[in-house]
Order: sequence, then C-alpha cells, then structure tokens
Amino acid sequence: MSQNPKHVLDHFNLFREPEYVEMFENKKKNFENPHPQDKVTEIIEWTKTEEYRDLNFKREALTVNPAKACQPLGAVFVALGFEETMPFVHGSQGCVAYYRSHLSRHFKEPTSCVSSSMTEDAAVFGGLNNMIDGLANTYAMYKPKMIAVSTTCMAEVIGDDLNAFIKNAKEKGSVPQEYDVPFAHTPAFVGSHITGYDNALKGIMEHFWAGRERHENETINIVMGFDGYSVGNIREVKRILQEMGISALILSDTSDVFDTPTDGTFRMYMGGTKLEDMKKALDSKATVSFQEFNTPKSLEYAASLGQKTMSFQYPIGIRGTDRWLLALSELTGKPIPDSLRLERGRLVDAVADSTSHIHGKKFALYGDPDQMLGLTEFLMELGAEPVHVLATNGGKEWEEKMNALFASSPYGAGCHAWPGRDLWHMRSLLFTEPVDFLIGNTYGKYLERDTGTPLIRIGFPIFDRHHHHRYPTVGYQGAMNVLVKLLDKIFDEMDKNTNVPSKTDYSYDIIR
Amino acid sequence: MRQIAFYGKGGIGKSTTSQNTLAALAEMGKKILIVGCDPKADSTRLILHSKAQNTVLSLAAEAGTVEDLEIEDVMKTGFSDIRCVESGGPEPGVGCAGRGVITSINFLEENGAYDGVDYVSYDVLGDVVCGGFAMPIRENKAQEIYIVTSGEMMAMYAANNIAKGILKYANSGGVRLGGLVCNERQTDREYELIEALAKRLNTQLIHFVPRNNIVQHAELRRMTVLEFAPESSQANEYRELAKKIDANAGKGTIPTPITMDELEELLMEFGVMKTIDENLVGKKAEEIAVA
Repeated sequence: MSQNPKHVLDHFNLFREPEYVEMFENKKKNFENPHPQDKVTEIIEWTKTEEYRDLNFKREALTVNPAKACQPLGAVFVALGFEETMPFVHGSQGCVAYYRSHLSRHFKEPTSCVSSSMTEDAAVFGGLNNMIDGLANTYAMYKPKMIAVSTTCMAEVIGDDLNAFIKNAKEKGSVPQEYDVPFAHTPAFVGSHITGYDNALKGIMEHFWAGRERHENETINIVMGFDGYSVGNIREVKRILQEMGISALILSDTSDVFDTPTDGTFRMYMGGTKLEDMKKALDSKATVSFQEFNTPKSLEYAASLGQKTMSFQYPIGIRGTDRWLLALSELTGKPIPDSLRLERGRLVDAVADSTSHIHGKKFALYGDPDQMLGLTEFLMELGAEPVHVLATNGGKEWEEKMNALFASSPYGAGCHAWPGRDLWHMRSLLFTEPVDFLIGNTYGKYLERDTGTPLIRIGFPIFDRHHHHRYPTVGYQGAMNVLVKLLDKIFDEMDKNTNVPSKTDYSYDIIR
Repeated sequence: MRQIAFYGKGGIGKSTTSQNTLAALAEMGKKILIVGCDPKADSTRLILHSKAQNTVLSLAAEAGTVEDLEIEDVMKTGFSDIRCVESGGPEPGVGCAGRGVITSINFLEENGAYDGVDYVSYDVLGDVVCGGFAMPIRENKAQEIYIVTSGEMMAMYAANNIAKGILKYANSGGVRLGGLVCNERQTDREYELIEALAKRLNTQLIHFVPRNNIVQHAELRRMTVLEFAPESSQANEYRELAKKIDANAGKGTIPTPITMDELEELLMEFGVMKTIDENLVGKKAEEIAVA
C-alpha cells in the first residue's frame, strides 16, 4: 500500500503492513542465512544460565554496552556551564557530533560545541594549523566570551600539546592575547566522562586562578559533577543555599544553559557561571564537590591554593542531604533554617507513608560511581535492598566505599558492588539473581525487555522520557522526587500483575 | 626540582652519558629520578645493574590499565639511591610508543614519583619523531635539553633536528636548549666542529667527553664509570659535566636550527666532507672518467 498524503502512516504502523511483513520474511529466508529458530531459542536460554554468567564474568577483551561515556563529553559539559563559553574539541568532527547529540537528546536543547576538524593530514603533521584556524573561526563566527579546549583520541595519540598550540595560535592572532582559552587534555581512551569533567574543570580553575594572590572571603564554591539532572539540581541547590543565607558560586552552572525558553528570541548562550565570578572563586574559603569521583584533581588543586575542600557522593536521600547541610552549616556558621527542617519532616513522613510497599524490594542499579553511592544509601533508608550495584567507571576505591556502605545497614547484607563491569554483565546478574526493579539510564530498556525486570529511569542519558532533568534529585525535595519515581513504578507493576478480570483482580485495588 | 632531558641520535651513547652524569650528580648529594622514554628500556641499566624488567607499559598491559598500577611496582632504586623508571613501549612494528611516553609521564606525575627529588632526567630515544616523544619538552616538564652528539654527520643532523623540535616548544613555553654534549668518536677536528655547530645553534658545547675504553669495561659490568672506577679520569669528566649542568640552570637558550645545506657547508669547512665540484653531482664514475 502506498502512502496516502491525507493519512500518512508512521513507522509504528507502516512496517506492519502486509507488503513490508512479507518483504522482511523474504529477506530473512533468502538472504540472512539464519540459524533455525530452535537453535536461537536454545542459545538465548543458555545465556540465562549460571554457566554463561561464569563465562561472561571471565570476559577480558570485550566490553558490551558500557555504562559510561568518554572524557570529552564531560569536558564539553563543564565548559557549557560557563558564561557565553564555546566548548572547542581539538580532534575529529564525528566525536563532537556525538557529544552534541548526546547532550541534546537528553536535555532536549540545542548544544553548541565546535571541533578543529582534524583529518588525515592533521594526523600526520600535527593539528597546530587546525587549532590556529579553528580558534580564529570560532572567535569570529560565534563570538563567545571564552573558548574552552579539550581533546579527542586522535589529538592525544599523536601527542598534540594544547598549551603550546594555544600560545602559538594567539601569537598568530587567532584570538587576542588576553582572551580566555582554558584547556585540558582529555584522552577519550582514559577514564570516562567524569574524568573529563574533572580535567576540564581543573583546566578552567588553573586558567583563572594560577599565579594570582588569594584573599579569602566567606563564599563557598559548589561543584555539582557530571549530572543529567543539573537543570533541576542546580536550581534546587541554589534555593537551599539561599534559604540558608549562604553566599555561594556554582562552578559550572549548566541549569539555564540546558533550559532556554521559547519566547521568540534565539539565545546562542544563556546562563552559566560568570567569568568574573570564576575569577573571584579563587578567594572563596572552600570548594565543595557533590560528586567525589568527578572531582579529585580539581579539589586537589583548590586545596593546594589554600581552600578548604569537601566532597559528597551525590547526596540523594535523607542522611545524604543531612550530611551536606550540616557540613555547610558548620563551614559557614549559618544555622539550618526551619523551612528546611520542615522539608525534611515532610520527606520522612512521605517515606513512612509508603514504606510497606518499598520495604524488602530488591533493586539492581547502574550508573556513575557517586550516583550509585547516593542512590544505594537512599534505597537502604527506604528499606529496599540494592542487590547489584554496577559502575563501569567505578574502581577499587569505589568498591571499598560501596562495601562499607552495604555494611552500614542490614538491608545491605548480600548486596554486591560491581566495578568496571558493563550492561552485559548486568544482564547475567539479572537472570541468575533476579531483582524486582532495575534503576538506570535509557539503555536499560534493553535489559528490561530481555529480562522482564521493570526499569526505573534515573541516570544519564535519558533519551526516551522527557523533562525529568527539570526535577531535582538532590536535597529533601529531590529525595521526594526519587521516591515518587520508585513508587510510581512499583504501583504500575502491582496493577499490571493484578489486572486479569475474575482471576487476579481481587487485588486490583483502588487504594494502595 | 629541576627537570632536564637528554636527546640524541640512537647509538650515540646517550644513555651511557646520561647515567654517568646523573651518577655524578647523585655523588654531589642530589636526589635523582631517571625516566627512561625509550621502548628499549635500557636508560637505567647501568644504575640498576640490570635491564629494568617492569616497565610502566609492560605492567599496564598485564594489569589491563595503567590506573591499576602502583608506583612501587615500576620505580626501582639503584646506585646512589637514584630512582629509576622505564616507560617501555610496544613491540616493534605495532602500537604507538609516543603515546606510551605520554601515558607513562602522566602516570608518574599523578602518583607522586617526582616528590622529593632534586632532578628529574628524561632519556629520550633518537631525534624528536612525534608529539609523544616531545612530551618531556612540553611546558612544565624539562627546562633544559641536552643533546648528545659527536663529530659524525648523522649525529649532527639529528642534533639539528632536535633543535628544531625544541624551537617549536621554546617559543610558546619555557623549554630551552642547555647545550651539546660531545661524545668523542675521534673524527677529524671533532671538538672544533661541534663547538662551531653549537655556535650556529645558538648554544654551547657544554662538555667534550673524551673516548675512553673504561666506559666499555664499566658497561660490560652494567655499571657506570662513577661506580666501577670512581678514581679514573673518565669519572672526573662526568663529574665535570655534572657540575656544569648543575650550574647551567636558567642559562639555556632558544636554539637557531640550521638548514641541511648549512650543515653540509659546516662539514666542508671542517674538512669532514670534501668540497665537491657541483658539476660532478649525480654523475656516475664512468661518466666522470670520460670527462
């Protein structure tokens, strides 16, 4: 059937039309040389066994669906959080298309980022000319206040030296001498997006802080780390700091950057940490990181200049929020206001209202190391059991922290941290030690389909659900949002399992 | 902490010269770290009395990633408490040794290998061949580069090439050429020739190390001359070079590399290359005989 312009069939329906169904069948039969269906079924069943799990965990030379991205993505993310800043990735174009699309698909916002478009000649002769032309073009075309440079694999393998290149480019007049071009080497084959976040932030700190005298004041610098919920979370943290009367600077503020309004005006740039503020941030008495594993080098650098440093592990729950509020209160001498005490009380009340439904539920979760620590702690506060916690970009230190956290609660008994593992390992875990729910990003939907474990979308990237990044996950309000997300799925599943008329609907209750 | 680097053509005696000189610096009470940036991993052999088995990259290959390494696994202490690390590299014909140098140096810096040392010395193979091998001359790495050379044409050619590499980075950063070290090969008028080359490169012949068989004797025993025969005249030569390097802090220069033609002219001037009648260039022997 050809398409009717008055009634165009979209992909949901078009490919179910008989001619397409027939075409797919013929293609399979005549060209795909497939294994017989019983063989396919046999292998699928085998991948669900303990035997396969053992083999899977012995896998060395292959990663299948890692739950991490590469360094420059984190570097681009940090750079976008500064006033009128254009992230500039020294390397090949395709890489940059990936960072842009990844961020745009999650935040549903355009993402500006340029590349030095290195090709084969640049690989042979070095990318200096690409840097010189690239900086000049970016400066002329997009008129940013700052260009923050990071690198892809290609530039790193051939050993391009950003410091020398940028100086050379300035000497050639690509941008004025005093123009801000911070940089960071971010080889994508080392670490993950959180390493890139750290390197790029440190590069920007060094650019604005190095060699300047520090006059300490009472301001606190806050670093949020790589966070898919940055729009909601940064606004929430700002609100809380305001409630407490704390003067703070968010270093890399991506809240407005990824949430521009549609009002008839195109904004190439919006929001972000002011460059003047970034300069002033040297004088702040402390730098506080919300994600420890996102910021080791940046904090070390801040500490080396005499700032106090402090880090948390993506505080998502009640104790997590208590901890950073108390720490900030101690740091600044400002008391915790009654308004926040009330918020806490409301959260505890909500947890108590729903505890019978969440208590004893088993969860598997994966994501960035700090976020896993924060979520695990919250789940245990709720009486849930975080049975499998996986972080592809987690290491030994993360594993030790996870194990200490498990040991702190009876709900952590029998729970396991999986550093360096991927989603194909998670698949084996879900088949051999099943859980009630899976928490992760959009890519978890394949695990949900394969294993039947319902997916609760928390993490980055979330491509297939909209606008969740606008709601905070940190603070008491954030914990409330996360609690609601968990409960919604729990109740949806409960309804699904009880909705057969005259068979299971004796539990298909109006009231839960 | 001062960071220096030795560069030079392969086989010129770079590792031998650097290890003997660093042993002499250690004798002066300096705490030294040697970072070998040669995939052959023999930059610390004379200090450790054996070829370093555990290079950063070989252990990283075993462990799967450099992040899983501990500094103690790769850092060995040898003669005069000199700390030694070899970067190592891939097998010939595969991979990227230049990237290996970057990986190793980043690892060492991040894991505190440089804490508490007076001198870090990089020993780098050949002339600058790619961005990776230039890692030691980037900003905040080696302040001065010492080029080991001799009166042979190819060694001088390499020295000039290295000067080109340094120039690239010197304009944008702090790296300077500390001087040429001439490792005597007993070619004609070698001292004068290298001194002239140094002048053309806007640097100095910091020391002329005479040829002495005791170096070979020491080397066979996998020792520096400083350890094998501390009283020998050769040991004193290295002590002298060490003193000169120690006093050379901040005195490096931005090199002025010369063209291939200029280098050939220099060689002709010193009689290393015979002046050739331009009419004979490209002519076979039989053609010349006829003419």
